[in-house]
Amino acid sequence: MLFKISWKNILDKKLNSFLCILLMTLGIAMISLLMLLGKQLQDKFAKNISGIDLVVGAKGSPLQLILSSVYQIDNPTGNVYLDDVAAIAQNPLVKEMIPLSMGDNYQGFRIVGTNKKYFEHFKTKIASGKMFKGNLEVILGASTAQNTNLKVGDTFASSHGLDSEGEKHAENNYKVVGILEYNNSVVDNLILTSLNSVWNIHEHQEEGEEHHEEAAADSTIKREITSAIIKFRSPMGMMTMPRNINQNSKLQAAVPAIEVNRLFELLGIGIEGMQFLAAVIMLISGISVFVSLYNSLKERKYEMALMLSMGASRTRLFLMLLLEGIILSLLGFIAGIALSRMGIYLISNALSKKFHFDVSQFSLQTGEIYLFGGALLVGILAAAIPSIGIYRINISKTLATE
Amino acid sequence: MNQKLNTMLACSELSFSYDIKKTFNFPSFSCEKGETLLILGNSGTGKTTLLHLLALLLRPKGGSIRINESELATLTAKEASEMRANHLGIIYQKPHFVNSLNVLDNLLLANYLAHQKQSKEQARKLAQNLGISELLDKKTSMLSGGEQQRVSIARALMNNPDVILADEPTSNLDDENCEKVIQLLENQSKNIGAALVIVTHDQRLKDNFKNIITL
Repeated sequence: MLFKISWKNILDKKLNSFLCILLMTLGIAMISLLMLLGKQLQDKFAKNISGIDLVVGAKGSPLQLILSSVYQIDNPTGNVYLDDVAAIAQNPLVKEMIPLSMGDNYQGFRIVGTNKKYFEHFKTKIASGKMFKGNLEVILGASTAQNTNLKVGDTFASSHGLDSEGEKHAENNYKVVGILEYNNSVVDNLILTSLNSVWNIHEHQEEGEEHHEEAAADSTIKREITSAIIKFRSPMGMMTMPRNINQNSKLQAAVPAIEVNRLFELLGIGIEGMQFLAAVIMLISGISVFVSLYNSLKERKYEMALMLSMGASRTRLFLMLLLEGIILSLLGFIAGIALSRMGIYLISNALSKKFHFDVSQFSLQTGEIYLFGGALLVGILAAAIPSIGIYRINISKTLATE
Repeated sequence: MNQKLNTMLACSELSFSYDIKKTFNFPSFSCEKGETLLILGNSGTGKTTLLHLLALLLRPKGGSIRINESELATLTAKEASEMRANHLGIIYQKPHFVNSLNVLDNLLLANYLAHQKQSKEQARKLAQNLGISELLDKKTSMLSGGEQQRVSIARALMNNPDVILADEPTSNLDDENCEKVIQLLENQSKNIGAALVIVTHDQRLKDNFKNIITL
């Protein structure tokens, strides 16, 4: 019955209740959305760097190097000679060196030349077809295959550069020989091939343009790659090598963990600011519950005195009013969580096309349980302060004067 | 007649003061089962104060109130609240309800707040007796003054009280409705064998009752 009265009161004041719930919904949805996005981005970023100790590439911004080589989202800093990188890999501290060479794309999906170690690193499995072997054979990441509709046996012409609008390498077509299983990593959005294929494509192009000017004369042309992923045998490598490379060579060494932390520090300011804003919205929702209940309590003073005279205890009525605040904030919370899931769904749809990041996770986060507590607290506090008035009502006076 | 058996409500030498300057001293009176007592008085004579004393909403400065032979003047607030909920039916001057609930729920609320079983049959029966059966699903704010007054009578009767207290139940009603409401009040309290006390300044009621106290 108490619940019924609370509920009916909420229904009775539709506009007021709507405003309270709306504000709570917005606050909760914003905070929850930011939490979800932050967490998933962090997960995604963390997953892709796991095991990668160092990235070596051309000099430039270390963050750019990491973003381009590990996450495949920024432009590369430039090219380096394979020989230079191979020299570094000779160091006994280096366990593994995975070369990466990029520069072309197909419909915006990057074509990356690399070797088998790259696949071992990401523990990929082949869903259909086989691993590339010969010249111009490629294997597709799962998302790439899905979005480009390429199948095993198809051929395509790549475009130069990393934008899909780049000039086409019309004379040489890549051939799809395999498709990888979904790996939930950056590999999903790539087209992978051998280093040789990438070199060949560009050599042909250069030959065509420059009419064999020097190609034949120089059988020892220095092979170029974009960057290389390096794994160390021991943490000792991490201590000495990055500094050594940066100071004593034309190469740049960037530590993914450091750069990603830096990135998240930068992003964190934005996220924190937004969360603060959302918390303010929640607070305003609390204030609107407060004002709404305060006003209605003034109107309902006689009603309260009446119920007191009919045998209700003050505590019971106090709880009834609290219940109104709780119901409002609870509804706001549920609507907010639903809204944030909807937002995540939309964002992940938009993201997976543009940035090749798939962020889909709909389960309740631990942070949201705290959020639930916060919402409840706001509701209870906002309702409790005006409801204390219940304990001050003089029944006889109220009933006599109105 | 054996007075002891039938006396429902007995008050003696009740007094009350809001401040030191003015003290109300009320005459002693009693009211029997199924009987009606009319307390007449003009504004400022302490009508509502007396009713609130009887309703245990105020604590008297002195004197005694007995309902069914038990002394009520000295009850604690909590005991008084329970007593009021279960044994007294109060009809206030201006009918007030829990606005968000419909008529039926307002009636059931009386059961609920007195910790009694919520009896829809009782509510329906009373509504029928009072001619408000069609109003049960309506919001109380949709009713006319006479209808509202009848609903508050029904509410006062929900817990089968021993004493029914009515504060100016007719002051806002026209002659026709006034007559109806008084008839209903009398009949209903006779039905359940309760003592009915009406406090009013409405001179129209003078001729209807034989037990009259003037303040």
